[in-house]
Amino acid sequence: MVPQHSTFEKSKKAILLLEDGTLFVGKGFGATGKISGEVVFSTQMVGYPEALTDPSYKGQVLTLTYPMIGNYGVPSNELNLGLPLYFESDHIQVQGLVIHELCHEPFHWASTRTLDKWLLDEGVPGIYGVDTRRLTKKLRTHGVMLGVLQVFDTGQEIDLDTVLKDGKNIADPNLTDLVKEVSVKQPVKYGVDGKKTVVLIDCGVKYSIIRNLLKRGINVVRVPYDASASEVLAYNPDGVFLSNGPGDPKKCVKTIDCVREVVDKVPFMGICLGAQILALALGGDTYKLKFGHRAQNQPALDLSSRRCYITTQNHGYAVDIESLKKTPLEMWFINANDKTTEGVKHKSKPVFAVQWHPEASPGPYDTELLFDKFAKTLEAP
Amino acid sequence: MPKFDWIKKVLVLGSGAIKIGEAAEFDYSGSQCLKALREEGIETVLVNPNIATIQTDPRLSGKVYLLPVTPEYVEKVIEKERPDGILLGFGGQTALNCGVELDKKGILQKYNVKVLGTPIHSIEDTGDRERFRQAMLKANVPPLNSKSATSVKQALEVADEIGYPVIVRVAYTLGGKGAGVARNAEELSETATRGLAQSRICQILIEEYVGHWKEVEYEVMRDYADNCLTVCNMENFDPMGVHTGDSIVVAPSQTMSNREYHLIRSTSINAIRALGIVGECNIQWALHPKSEEYRVIEVNSRMSRSSALASKVTGYPLAYIATKLTLGYLLPELINKVTEVTTACFEPALDYITVKIPRWDLQKFKNADRHVGPQMRSVGEVMAIGRCFEEALQKAVRMLDTGKVGLVCNPEDDESESEARIRNAVENPTDERLYKLVKALKMGISVTEIYRLSGVDPFFLYKIQNIIDMESRLRQLNLAEDSASEVIREAKRLGFSDEQIAICQKTDEYTIRSFRKSANILPVIKQIDTLAAEWPAKTNYLYLTYGGDEDDIELKSGISKVIVLGAGVFRIGSSVEFDWCGVNTIWALKKNGIQEAIMVNYNPETVSTDYDVSDKLYFEELSVERILDIYEKENPMGVITSVGGQIPNNLAMELSERGVKLLGTSAQNVDLAEDRSKFSALLDQLQIRQPSWSKLLSISEAKRFAEKIGYPVLVRPSYVLSGSAMRVAYNETVLENFLKLAAKVSRDHPVVISKFIDHAKEVEVDGVSDGENVLIGAIMEHVEYAGVHSGDATMAIPPQALKVEVQQNIAKCTERIVKALNIHGPYNIQYLVKDDVVNVIECNLRASRSMPFVSKTRGINLIELATLAMLGKKIDFVKLSPMTIANHVGVKVPQFSFMRLSGADPVLGVEMLSTGEVACLGENFSDAFSKALRSAEFSIPDRDGSVFISVGGSIERKRRVVPIAKAFVDLGFKIYATDHTADVLCESGVAAVKLFKVKEAGVSPNVLDYLQERKIDLVINVPIASKQTNYSDILTDGYIIRRQAVEFNVPVITNLQLAQALVDVLKHKNSNGNSIRSLNEYMDDLPWKMW
Repeated sequence: MVPQHSTFEKSKKAILLLEDGTLFVGKGFGATGKISGEVVFSTQMVGYPEALTDPSYKGQVLTLTYPMIGNYGVPSNELNLGLPLYFESDHIQVQGLVIHELCHEPFHWASTRTLDKWLLDEGVPGIYGVDTRRLTKKLRTHGVMLGVLQVFDTGQEIDLDTVLKDGKNIADPNLTDLVKEVSVKQPVKYGVDGKKTVVLIDCGVKYSIIRNLLKRGINVVRVPYDASASEVLAYNPDGVFLSNGPGDPKKCVKTIDCVREVVDKVPFMGICLGAQILALALGGDTYKLKFGHRAQNQPALDLSSRRCYITTQNHGYAVDIESLKKTPLEMWFINANDKTTEGVKHKSKPVFAVQWHPEASPGPYDTELLFDKFAKTLEAP
Repeated sequence: MPKFDWIKKVLVLGSGAIKIGEAAEFDYSGSQCLKALREEGIETVLVNPNIATIQTDPRLSGKVYLLPVTPEYVEKVIEKERPDGILLGFGGQTALNCGVELDKKGILQKYNVKVLGTPIHSIEDTGDRERFRQAMLKANVPPLNSKSATSVKQALEVADEIGYPVIVRVAYTLGGKGAGVARNAEELSETATRGLAQSRICQILIEEYVGHWKEVEYEVMRDYADNCLTVCNMENFDPMGVHTGDSIVVAPSQTMSNREYHLIRSTSINAIRALGIVGECNIQWALHPKSEEYRVIEVNSRMSRSSALASKVTGYPLAYIATKLTLGYLLPELINKVTEVTTACFEPALDYITVKIPRWDLQKFKNADRHVGPQMRSVGEVMAIGRCFEEALQKAVRMLDTGKVGLVCNPEDDESESEARIRNAVENPTDERLYKLVKALKMGISVTEIYRLSGVDPFFLYKIQNIIDMESRLRQLNLAEDSASEVIREAKRLGFSDEQIAICQKTDEYTIRSFRKSANILPVIKQIDTLAAEWPAKTNYLYLTYGGDEDDIELKSGISKVIVLGAGVFRIGSSVEFDWCGVNTIWALKKNGIQEAIMVNYNPETVSTDYDVSDKLYFEELSVERILDIYEKENPMGVITSVGGQIPNNLAMELSERGVKLLGTSAQNVDLAEDRSKFSALLDQLQIRQPSWSKLLSISEAKRFAEKIGYPVLVRPSYVLSGSAMRVAYNETVLENFLKLAAKVSRDHPVVISKFIDHAKEVEVDGVSDGENVLIGAIMEHVEYAGVHSGDATMAIPPQALKVEVQQNIAKCTERIVKALNIHGPYNIQYLVKDDVVNVIECNLRASRSMPFVSKTRGINLIELATLAMLGKKIDFVKLSPMTIANHVGVKVPQFSFMRLSGADPVLGVEMLSTGEVACLGENFSDAFSKALRSAEFSIPDRDGSVFISVGGSIERKRRVVPIAKAFVDLGFKIYATDHTADVLCESGVAAVKLFKVKEAGVSPNVLDYLQERKIDLVINVPIASKQTNYSDILTDGYIIRRQAVEFNVPVITNLQLAQALVDVLKHKNSNGNSIRSLNEYMDDLPWKMW
C-alpha cells in the first residue's frame, strides 16, 4: 500500500514572533497572511468554537495550552432562542490562533467543517506545531506580549529579515477602541413576550448572556456601547445589563458615564468588562494583570458564605481592591488563587457585577444562578 | 470550617489482597489517606492483611493490623483500639462492604465509631440498583430505563415501553451468564425464554441497551459545605459494553464538545449532591454518539481505580484531599500540593494527553475465555503521557511489556488472518482488539466500517491510521535523504521508538539513536503542574516528549543523584511487592543523604508514582532508550535496577553495556546467576547440588535427555506458542505433545529440561549482602511440595517442619553462593529439599516477591539494608542469624481471582496463577494460617461441615488422602467422594457417601446438585498431574467440579499438603485467630528490630 505522504510534509510554513524577539516556527493553517495582536493564553481544554467567537478576544492572538485542538470539528449554525447554539458571536473574533497540534480528521455528529477550513473561511491565520507550553511559560513570566503571526503560502520560504523587522514595531490593540469594533451599531430587540425588559449595553456581548436572559423570560434590548443614560432609560427597562468586552475598560468613557447614571435608577448586573466599568463608574480603579485569567477552572470565593465556585474567565484587566474603599461597592468574591477581585456588589442597591462568565460557554455552568439572582431583582417593586 | 476537633483516632480499612478489580490503587489511596491523617496529628489504625503494601508500614500508619477486613475481625480491633471515626472509602469495595455490615450489625453504634465522609445511607443508595435509580430520578439525572419481568409476555411489554434494542439481564446467576441483547421482539422472546430458565428466581431485567454509546467518567469532590468540583473527566476508547477497567481510557476526553463536557459535568455534580457524598467519588456515564442524550450508569461512592488514575492523570492528590474533606475541611481551605500556593478548590487544566491500557494475563489460564466485556478481567494497567494521542498510545503499548515494540512494526503483525476473522475480532473485543484494529485498517477496511463494527470513535481510528501511514513512510525512507531528519522527527513525535524505526530501516536501534542525536532530535522534559503552566510548580512530576522544544526544568549538576527503576506494569507474578521495594529504596536513599532520589515508573496504580514520594518522578517507559535519555540528561551517580522485579532487571545488562553505571551487584555477576550454564558451572565449582538439567535444540534430543535423567522432568521452552511457559512432564507422550503443540524448539529456540523432584519441599531464602557480610533475612518453607509455583505457595517463617541441620546447611550454601557472586544488594535463592538433601533451583540477584513479607515478619527492613549495600556501605552492624527465631509465626497465602475468569481451571502448578497475596502473623502456624486464609477470602468450613474428596490416579495415590479424610471425620465432617475415591476411603474405614459424576447428570445424588444446593463446604480435588496436559479432553469431570465450586464460591484445594495444613487449622479452630495484635506490637517484641 502506498501511503499518502502525511500532511506534515506538505504543509504551509508559519511563524509567531513576540515583541521580545522570541521566534516560533511552525506550520500554518487557516488563512494565509500576516496579523498582529496581543498574544494571550487560555488553559481551557474544551470549547474552541465558543472561545474563538468570544468578542472579548478582539485584538488578541490566542494560544491554547491544551495540545490537541480541533478534535470535534466546527459545529453548524444551529439556532436556539434565535441565537447560534455553538458560537458566541457571528464570526471568529481572535486575530490568530496558536496551537500545538491541529486535528486534520475530526469526528463529531455536530461538526460541519474542520477548524482549518473554518479559519480559512473567515480569513483568520493559525499556527500549529508550536511548543505552546514554552510560549505559555514565557507569557507567564514576562507578562502578555505583542506578537506577529504569519502564515506563508504553500512552498513559500520564511523571509527571516522581513519577519524580524515586523517584530520591531507591533501596534498595541489596547490603544485602539476595540469595544467599538465589536459592539452592535444599532439597537436590536430580542423578544420573548416576557413581563420584564432589560437593556443590555453591548461592549462585545457573548450570545450566551442574551440567551440566559431570554431563558428566564426577560426581553432584551441590546444597545450600542456608547448609548447614553437617557437613551437606555428611554426603554423604561426593569434592569440594565452591562456585557463583557475586549480591552482596557478605561477606554469606554461613554459607557462609564452612562453606567454612573443608570445604577442609581434600576437594578444592574455586569459581567467581566462590565464589572470593571461599574467599578470605574462609581469611583474605583482598574489595572492591567500581568497575564490575565483565561481558563475554565478559576476559583471564585464568596467572602460572605465561604462558598467557592469554579468559573470560566477571560480578562486581562482587574478591579483594584483598594480602590473600592472610595466607592459604594463592596468586595463580594475574590479569586482564591491570586486574591484579585472577582465580584463586587453595591452596599445598598440591587447592583452587582462579576469578573468571570456565569453564562459559561465555554466552561462550567455552576454560576448561572447569578442570572436567577438578577431576574429576582427585576421583580422587586 | 477547620477539622472536627473530636477526631483523635481514626480506623482505616484497607482492601486486602490484590485481586482482579481491586489492585494496588488502594495502596496508593490508603497511603495518601494515612499521610493526610497523620499530618493532622490524628492517631491512625489500619486493618489490612496485604503485607506487601506501603500502607502497612508502621512508619506510615500508627498501628497496623494484618488481619482480614471482615466485620468479625474489625470488631475485635475496634474493641481494642476504640477509634472515634472510621474511613471506608479508601479500601475499595472490600472496605465499603465491611463498613456497611459493621453498621448493620450495630457494631459502629455499640462502640460509638462515626463514619467519616460519605454516610452509610449514601453508600447504600449507590450500591442498590433500584435505590440508585430512584435517587437519580429524584435529582433529575437520567438513569438507564429498566424493569424486571417474570414472563416472556411481560418482557415484551417492558421492551415496548423502553424501546429496542434492550439488554436482558438474568437475576441471580453467577458471572453475568445468560445476558443478551435483543434488537426486536423475536430476538427478545428467545433471549427472555433462555434467561428465565437460567434464573434461579425466574426473573429477568429488561434494560435499555446503550452498547456503542460513548463511555465517560468524572471524578467528583464534595465537602460538607456543598462545594463541588470535578477533578478530571475520562473517555473510554472502547465504547459501552466493555468494563471501564478493561477499556483503553484517555484523559481528558477527546471527542466531547464543550456542551457535552459541561452538561455531563454539571449533571455529575447534581447527582453527587443528591446522594450526599462527602469526599471523593467516581461517576460513570453513557453518552449517545450522535446526540446530547446521556444516562448515568453508576456511582462509586469511594476512591476507585479510576480515581487513582485521575490522580496520576492530573497531579491532583484526590485521596489526600478526600481525606481532609472527611475530617471537616472545606475545599477552599486546602491548598494545591503541586503549586503550594494556589487553592485545592479548582479543576486541573492539562496540557498533555494520557492513555491508559489494561494488561491482561488471560493466556496464562487454561480454558479461560479471552473476550473482554462487562466483567473486568485485567490484572494491571499502564498509563502513558504525551503531547499527542499517537505518542501516548505507542508509549502505553510498549509499557504493557507484552513484547510489542509499539502499535506497529511488530513481527507478528504480518501474520495473515482472514478478513472475516479480523472483522469478528474488531466486533467482539478480546484482549487483542487494539492490534486487530490496526490490522483491519491495514487490510483496507474503512474507518466507517470499523466504527460500525467496534463503536471505536473514528477520531481515534484516524489517529491509528496516522501511525500506520508513518510506518510505511519509514519503511520507504532513505536515511541519506535531506528530508530524512524531518521524517524521523515527526515519527518520534508520533511515539515511534528507535527500535521501531530501526525495524523499518532494517538496522539496529543504536544506529537510529546516533542518527537522531546528530540531527538534534531529542526528547524534552515536561512537567505536570495541574494548571497548564499558568502557575509555577514546586514539585517534580515529569515526563518526556518529542512534542516540545525546551526542558521545563533546569538540570542540576554537582549534587548526588540516584535513579531507581520501578516495577512497571503489574501482571501475574509482579505486583505491589515490587512497588514496596522501590518506594523503600527511595526512602533509604534519602535517609542516606542522596540529594535527588529519582523514580522512573509508569504504573498509575502505585505509591511510587506519587510525585511527592521521590525528589523527581519520571512517569516514563522502562526501556533502554528512555532510561538512556533520562540518564544522559540527569547524569546521576548510578541507576538501581534490582528492586523493581523482572522489567528493570532485564534492562540491567544492556544499560551496563551502554555505559550506564549500575549500583549494586555488577551486570556480569547478574548474568552469571541468570545464565543457566554459567550458574550451573559455578554451583559445581562450589560443590552445591542442583537437579540435573540441559539445554536442548530439538525434540528428539529433549526426549533422549529426559529418558536419561528419568521422568518426571520440568520443561521450559524459550519460545511458547500458546498457554503456559513451563510444564512438568511425567512421561514421554506429555513431553512430546507439549513441545509439539505449545512450543517451538529449534537452534534459536532451545528448550531447557531439568529433573523434576517429586514430593520435595521447597525452601526460599531472602537476604542482603554488602560483598563481605551475608545477611539471611529469613528461611521460608513452602507448605506445598515443589511443583506449585512459589508465587502460589503458602509459606511460613520460621520453617515448621525443616530439621535444624537442613536449615544450617541451607544457610551455608547461601553464604557460599552469595560470596561467589560478590552480591552487593538484595538476593533470593530457591532450594529443593528431599530426604534432607538440599538442591539449589535458582538464585536471583534482585529483590524478590517475598521481600516485604520477610522484612515485616522479621522486623528488619531488608531493602533499606540493600540500599546501604548498593551505596557501597557495610551492613556488618546487623547481627541476625536465620536460626534466631521470634515468638510469632508469619504465614503468606496467595489470593486467586478464578471467579472473575470464566472458564479458568483453579488447579495449581508450575505457572503462577494467583493475583495477590496476604500474610498474617500469629502465635503459631495454625493461628497465623487461619487468619491468612480468611484474609484471602477462603471460607474456612465449620467443624460439622461437609467435604467432597476426589483424588485422581492410582489407588496408591488415593490412599494418601486417607489420613486427611480421617482427620475430617474426627472433626465431625461428613465426607462425600467420587466412586473410586469413596471405595478407597471405605476400605480404610472412613465412611464416605458416594456422589455420582458430572457425566452421569440426572443420576442422584450428583456432585453438581450438591454444589449448587450448598451441601458441600469444601472441595478437595487432587487431579492426576500427568494428565494435566491432556488437550483433547479438557472438559474432564475434575475440571467441571472445580470450576463449579469456584462459581458457587465453595473453597477448592487441589493439593494434599495444603489440605493437611487446613486440617491443622480446623483442629485448633477455637484457639485460632484470637490474638489481635498489631504489627507494631509483634515488631516491638523483637530484640533485633530495625524499623
